[in-house]
Amino acid sequence: MKTISTLLLLLALTFSAHAEQAVDLQSPDLDPTDKTSLLRGTKHFVTYCLGCHSAKYMRYLKIALDTNVDEKVMLKDIAPEGASIYDTLSSAMNKHDAEKWFGTQPPDLSLIARSRGADWLYSYLKSYYLDDSRPFGVNNKVFLDTAMPNPFWQLQGDQHLVHKKTIWGEHTTLVNDDIGTLSEQEFDQLVTDLVNFLVYVGEPVQQERQSLGKFVLAFLLLFLVIAYMLKKEYWKDVHRND
Amino acid sequence: MKMDRFAHLGNWVLERFPLAKVWEEHMTHYYAPRNFNIWYFFGSLALLVMVNQFITGILLTMNYKPDAKLAFDSVEYIMRDVNWGWLIRYMHSTGASAFFIVVYLHMFRGLIYGSFKQPRELIWIFGMLIFVCLMAEAFMGYLLPWGQMSYWGAQVIISLFSAIPVVGDDLSLWIRGDYVVSDATLNRFFAFHVISVPLILVMLVFLHIVALHEVGSNNPDGIEIKKYKNEQGIPLDGIPFHPYYTVKDIVGVAVFLIFFATVIFYMPEMGGYFLEHANFIPADPLKTPEHIAPVWYFTPFYAILRAIPDKFAGVIGMGGAIVVLFLLPWLDRNPVKSIRYRGGLFKKALLLFVISFIGLGYLGTQPATPTATIMARIFTSVYFGFFLLMPIYTRWEKTKPVPNRVTEEHSLEEQLPLLIEEITELHHPSASEIDHPAFRSTFFSRRPDPDRIKNVFTRYIKNLKESLD
Repeated sequence: MKTISTLLLLLALTFSAHAEQAVDLQSPDLDPTDKTSLLRGTKHFVTYCLGCHSAKYMRYLKIALDTNVDEKVMLKDIAPEGASIYDTLSSAMNKHDAEKWFGTQPPDLSLIARSRGADWLYSYLKSYYLDDSRPFGVNNKVFLDTAMPNPFWQLQGDQHLVHKKTIWGEHTTLVNDDIGTLSEQEFDQLVTDLVNFLVYVGEPVQQERQSLGKFVLAFLLLFLVIAYMLKKEYWKDVHRND
Repeated sequence: MKMDRFAHLGNWVLERFPLAKVWEEHMTHYYAPRNFNIWYFFGSLALLVMVNQFITGILLTMNYKPDAKLAFDSVEYIMRDVNWGWLIRYMHSTGASAFFIVVYLHMFRGLIYGSFKQPRELIWIFGMLIFVCLMAEAFMGYLLPWGQMSYWGAQVIISLFSAIPVVGDDLSLWIRGDYVVSDATLNRFFAFHVISVPLILVMLVFLHIVALHEVGSNNPDGIEIKKYKNEQGIPLDGIPFHPYYTVKDIVGVAVFLIFFATVIFYMPEMGGYFLEHANFIPADPLKTPEHIAPVWYFTPFYAILRAIPDKFAGVIGMGGAIVVLFLLPWLDRNPVKSIRYRGGLFKKALLLFVISFIGLGYLGTQPATPTATIMARIFTSVYFGFFLLMPIYTRWEKTKPVPNRVTEEHSLEEQLPLLIEEITELHHPSASEIDHPAFRSTFFSRRPDPDRIKNVFTRYIKNLKESLD
């Protein structure tokens, strides 16, 4: 079968050339319990991401409930105009337009933190640099030849790729030479909040799961003690070889 | 009055149904050796996990949609919008891995104490059939979330059938119901996963237990307790399964559930081993993931498949790795069952086997680099060597004499008080210490003797080691 042989060829290729290049990822300082950070992240998502990306499993109502924000405040300050509280975070961009403009459909971001991981997202969003050979004039150090333009170019300012030769070999760093509208700390905070939000969207139940876990484990420990005492009591009459 | 009626109804049923007889035969009058150790928890735990999978599985099917367009979304709705759906799904996904952990340990128990040997060959065969069923069940279940790994894992494994000469291509086409893994495949896998395979599984578990209760349980000493009976025909070293082992197994259940709950509530993905990261991306037939790895419990066999250069030979090797386990009762020529009385040769062979099995499991999760392939080939040879050379090396073993009756277990709980006593024992102060200004402070009053603690520890560890031998 032709399909199968091509498939196996593909497989063989993937095994021989492990394409993902190793890039040192940075770790953001995330706090999933920080509700104001989550709200800021939601706002950033709506402002900078929602134009192209959806988070189709997430509703504004769920975010409002989880962050203790009034529904009206959510609609007025965070959600885009005209959205209902029951709406999911879906992008208005048309599929065909997306393919025409970017060559691909922007992926849904509901589960991106679970497939890529927080560190990757954080590093990716901070690793854009100028590259004239790309259609949008930018490339990314973490995800080479990404189809996504830099959404934060005004905020972060332009970064350049600088090659350095050291005794450990050649390596590249990013240098920010143009000050954006945000300072470095402010920008890091913005990306951290956004990643915090994406992690939350990946698994909204995470907080509930962890707080419930304590009670379950406490109960099981108690149960273990009682079960062990019961066993001891019964096994009293099991005698040794007589 | 009311009680009388209930008793009446109870009697009415009992006169027509042998409930009491079955209960007696398999619980209160089933005599199990009294020297079971920690390895004997895994049988009842496997049963527990199976019940967990059934209950959570049924709840999941109420909200899951076996449709290539809806499957991925429906799983996410279970995680987000269905009440307690996340818990049910994590219990099911963690349960799948827990099932394999428990079953692998259960099989290893059989291996070290010779539970597969005469007269328990059939129990082992039924057990192996359960294992094969479980693998089929897990493989088909893994397709259902319809993520990238579900899809491509299934694609790779089904395409293995095409390696079979002459009928291969038609066979894999027949299995998939399409030229690639598609909606048709998803639907039939769903049917197998929720109905056929579980049904066979339950029947096999029933046979496994019936066969076990016919010949009786083996034990860590590997001796037949039925040889020595008292006047009533009860084995001298046997105790009724209920209540002794039911209460003991509840302790095992509690410990198991603590681990199980820790995973569910704090690390449901288990670092990408229980739920793979790539499986959070919906299946895309046009995008092959960079690195396709099956879930951890298949990786030893997957590594064997990749280690063998020819594809068809690889498939044979992978199948052979499982078939050879079926033959175990006839490969081991040594009549001594328990590892406690077996020769060093077998112990060393077993150690090599364990290393190679874990090694293969690790390599199966990694990309196949040239070094990894060489390692996998070495481990594969050791794996097969352990089984295929068994008829030879088990004859050369120098075994120890096997006792007639079960030996005493120095359980940890008996060792612990000794240790505590040793640590808390008062240290007699010397004259110079009495003069010391700090005397009578807590510094001196409870100072243990390090040498004696060391001695107790050595003894403790020696006993621990002996109990494992």
